[in-house]
Amino acid sequence: MPMTMTEKILAHAAGLEEVHPGQLIMADLDMVLGNDVTSPVAIKELPKFGRKGVFNRDKIALVPDHFTPNKDIKAAAQCACVRAFAKENEITNYFEVGKVGIEHALLPEAGLVTAGDVVIGADSHTCTYGALGAFSTGVGSTDMAAGMAIGKAWFKVPSSIRFNLSGKLRKHVSGKDLILTIIGMIGVDGALYRSMEFTGEGVHTLTMDDRFTIANMAIEAGGKNGIFPVDDLTLEYLKEHGAKEPKIFTSDPDAVYERTIDIDLSEIVPTVSYPHLPENTHPAKEGKDIRIDQTVIGSCTNGRLSDLEAAAAVLKGRKVADGVRCIVIPATQRIWKEAMHEGLFDIFIDAGCVVSTPTCGPCLGGYMGILSEGERCVSTTNRNFVGRMGHPKSEVYLASPETAAASAVTGYITDPEEVGYEG
Amino acid sequence: MKAEGKVFRYGDNVDTDVIIPARYLNTSDSRELASHCMEDIDPDFVKSVGKGDIIVAGRNFGCGSSREHAPIAIKESGVSCVIASTFARIFFRNSINIGLPILECPEASEEIKAGDKVSVDFTTGIIKDETTGKEYRAEPFPPFMQDLIAAGGLAPYIKENF
Repeated sequence: MPMTMTEKILAHAAGLEEVHPGQLIMADLDMVLGNDVTSPVAIKELPKFGRKGVFNRDKIALVPDHFTPNKDIKAAAQCACVRAFAKENEITNYFEVGKVGIEHALLPEAGLVTAGDVVIGADSHTCTYGALGAFSTGVGSTDMAAGMAIGKAWFKVPSSIRFNLSGKLRKHVSGKDLILTIIGMIGVDGALYRSMEFTGEGVHTLTMDDRFTIANMAIEAGGKNGIFPVDDLTLEYLKEHGAKEPKIFTSDPDAVYERTIDIDLSEIVPTVSYPHLPENTHPAKEGKDIRIDQTVIGSCTNGRLSDLEAAAAVLKGRKVADGVRCIVIPATQRIWKEAMHEGLFDIFIDAGCVVSTPTCGPCLGGYMGILSEGERCVSTTNRNFVGRMGHPKSEVYLASPETAAASAVTGYITDPEEVGYEG
Repeated sequence: MKAEGKVFRYGDNVDTDVIIPARYLNTSDSRELASHCMEDIDPDFVKSVGKGDIIVAGRNFGCGSSREHAPIAIKESGVSCVIASTFARIFFRNSINIGLPILECPEASEEIKAGDKVSVDFTTGIIKDETTGKEYRAEPFPPFMQDLIAAGGLAPYIKENF
């Protein structure tokens, strides 16, 4: 039977010759991930599974990134719970403040995921690692606990939607604009329960950072996973980051897809998702009437080095508009250090931005950039739900780093093209 | 297993950020979570919800974050069942894993009104709107999920079977 790469990975992990969409399987896990919000719930659940300790201390990653450095006393207690558990169970991949970064930027950077892996994470954006040709998906804390106990998870094999990409993205257009456009096309439940597979010659023109951004937001279309084929660029990335030997699975030419959507990358334009759903997309150039109070450049979606470089190219020699706060958050310590050495911090600080330590903070309305009633933010994060970044009557507009930086400069939603710079 | 209660009605794409805003996720205490359940879209929910009450919603209920705090907050607030046209996938598996009954039934989701009294029989999947007298049938769960629910959630299921 012909299979997609997602089906092949799941069949392999379940010890089966083949699987078909709708089939319920138990799959072996290569990595189980949790953060400071979801892990405490899982740690509390774990004794109910009747096992001693964890299935494999090397295959668990505990990344306290949401409310760290500790936001308040309650958050400190949650981090203390994770820290104590990591120590007691000698978890190899526990990341303390000083080493910690935003989980979905950190795991690939630390070489903890390779092609062909099956990864679950108690965080919805775990789908990010599909960029590496892995099957990875977000789950809840009980699934995380089960994963830590027995190294397995139950899955319903998803049917697949194929996004057949051709052409090349234009200047000032990024992977973020592409995934926002796709979510605008198919809706926030357009890929519900399904795998989103990105194929076609256009795939090879996308950088790894673009692929991470695109796979990261599969969940915003309801997808179970987003996945990219493994090419030379993937292999180079895995090697550079010291990942395990890749297991390369390829979709059969006659694999069955529920739907194929053809996209010419050269037609994508800078795109912004208006409140309060990621599907509510508009071209950035139509946003001139929307004044803003804040921009956030960071997150698991867009806090990587190339994102910061893209924002810095806009901000170089310019100033953040009066009345606008621009918060820049490098996603990991390594990215922070590289951005610093490249001189990006000089550009940000001279422009009037503030640079934060790595944290998920403002993306989920945790801390470090909460919005007041009636305030608007252009953000490179992934969700613009009611109250997502603060007050229920505040508004979040999702955009690429270039669009967010351009908007910070003008004070309203701005197509980067309008600012006129060489990026 | 049966449930009966009055209906709280919501629209499409009710996300986990409004079910339980992240500003309250610095705790995993279920009572504290329940005290903020639905507060950003329905500040009266917590005050008026009673034991056994039922949430009826549209498409893609529970979309967004993977926080299990969302079904925990709903369950702890006294809600006996959520009926929706469709559920977002992580919310779906979290609910099954923690034993919050959920039913997919587009027709019931469309027609049942806020404040109606509704009874649900989980064995047959029959939803009855006691206010209008109309009956609906929800899609039954596949056998594996029925076993999981019967065991009382994922932890007891795994303890027994693995």
